[in-house]
Amino acid sequence: MIAPDAKPRLPRGVRLTHNPAHGGWVLLAPERLFKADAIAAEILKRCTGELTFAAIVDDLAKTFTAPRERISADAADLLDGLIEKKLLEL
Amino acid sequence: MTAMADTRAPTAPIGLLAELTHRCPLGCPYCSNPLNLERREDELDAATWKRVFNEAAQLGVMQVHLSGGEPGARRDLVEIAASARAAGLYTNLITSGVGITTRTMRDLYEAGLDHVQVSIQDSDALSCDHIAGYSGAFQRKHALAGEVVRLGLPLTINAVVHRANIVRIGEMVELAIALKAKRVEIAHVQYYGWALKNRAALMPTREQVDHAIGQLESLRRAQRGCIVIDAVLPDYYARFPKPCVGGWGRRSLNVTPSGRVLPCHAAESIPGLEFWNVRNHSVGEIWLSSPAFNAFRGTAFLREPCASCERREIDFGGCRCQAFALTGDARATDPVCHLSSQHALVTELAAIQEDSSYSYRRM
Repeated sequence: MIAPDAKPRLPRGVRLTHNPAHGGWVLLAPERLFKADAIAAEILKRCTGELTFAAIVDDLAKTFTAPRERISADAADLLDGLIEKKLLEL
Repeated sequence: MTAMADTRAPTAPIGLLAELTHRCPLGCPYCSNPLNLERREDELDAATWKRVFNEAAQLGVMQVHLSGGEPGARRDLVEIAASARAAGLYTNLITSGVGITTRTMRDLYEAGLDHVQVSIQDSDALSCDHIAGYSGAFQRKHALAGEVVRLGLPLTINAVVHRANIVRIGEMVELAIALKAKRVEIAHVQYYGWALKNRAALMPTREQVDHAIGQLESLRRAQRGCIVIDAVLPDYYARFPKPCVGGWGRRSLNVTPSGRVLPCHAAESIPGLEFWNVRNHSVGEIWLSSPAFNAFRGTAFLREPCASCERREIDFGGCRCQAFALTGDARATDPVCHLSSQHALVTELAAIQEDSSYSYRRM
C-alpha cells in the first residue's frame, strides 16, 4: 500500500499520451499500453515525482469536489497495480 | 452479422515494426526474417523513415519497434530513432546487443529512446554463442544491457526458447534479474522463416513444454514485483491458435528494409498477396487500401469451423501464414486449433525432432 509521503513518478519509458484515434488517454510502457480513463489520467498526470501521494489526493479531492477517502482508495489501487508491473516508481 | 463486421472502416493501428535492415552479425536459426533477405542497397534512407514515422503517428500508431536484422548495423540509427521520437512515437529498440557501442547507446538515450529489448540465446555463455553462431556474443550482450540500465532506460530481456535451452528457463529469468531487467520475455520459437527451416532441430518434446509451462507459473509467483515475466507459448502444442498480430490488418504493421508494408513479418510467405511500398504510397493509404491488408481483414473470409465459432473475434481463425505453411491454403483454419480437420498434421510435425546441426541464418 502506497505511503502518504511517497512521491510517485512515471519512470523513463512510461509516458501518458493523448491519442484521439484510440479514444483518449493512453499510458505507454515497454511493449504494452493501457487505456486510461479520465480519472486515471488525472491521477497519472500528477505523478511527476514532486508531489506526495497525500498531496495528489488532496488536489484531486479539491479539483473534483469528491470525498477524500474514495479518491485515496481508487488512486492507491491504480498506483499499487502499476508499481507491481514496474511502471511506477516511488 | 459477420459480413457487417467487415464493412466497418479499419480501426487505427497501434504499433509499427520497422525492420531497418536485414543485416545482422548473428545467425540465429530461428530468425523471423524471411529466407530471402533484403540487401543493403535496397534499404530505405533515414529521410524516408522519418516520413513513415510521421505518417504512422498521424494514422494513430503509438509505438514503433526499431528492429531488423540488427538495427545497430545502420550507421544512421540515432538519426532514425530521433525522428521516431520527434513524431511522438514510443520508441523501442530491439537489438541483439552486438553491433551497438556504448557511445551509440548514450546517443540513443539523448535522442529520447524509450525502451530497449536485448535478446539472449541462452543463460549459458557457450550455448548462447553456439546458437547465435557468433563467438563472444554473450559477453557483448551483457555489456550493452549494463549500459542500458546505467543510463536509466528500461530493459527487457528476450529469451527465445527451444529444444536446446528449454531446460534453463529458470536460469534465463535469473540472468534477466541479474542484468536488472524490468521485464523478461520467455518466447517459444514460432515456426516461420528460418525457424520453419530448422523446425526439427528446434522442436521441444511435449514433456519439456509441459514442464516449462508449470515452471513459468511458479517463477511468476516467486518473482512477483521483482520482474515481469511474459511468455509466448509453443503453439504446435496448443489447443487454440494464437491471434496472429491481434488480427490481420487490425493492430499493427510491419515495414521491411526496402519499404514494403506487411500485415505481419511472415506475410510475404503467402503467395499472391500484393504489398504496397512506402516509396509509392503513404502509410495511411496502405493501411486502408492495400490489397494485402484487406485480404484477411475481419472475419468474412473465414469458413467453418471458424465462421460460427464463438472465438472468431478472439483469434480470427489463427495465423494465416501458418495456415498456408502447413495446409497450403491461407484461408484454412490454422491447423494448430484442435477443431481444425487438419489438426493431426500439427501433432505429426511436432513429433519430428532431431538433435541435428542448424541451418544458420546468413545473407
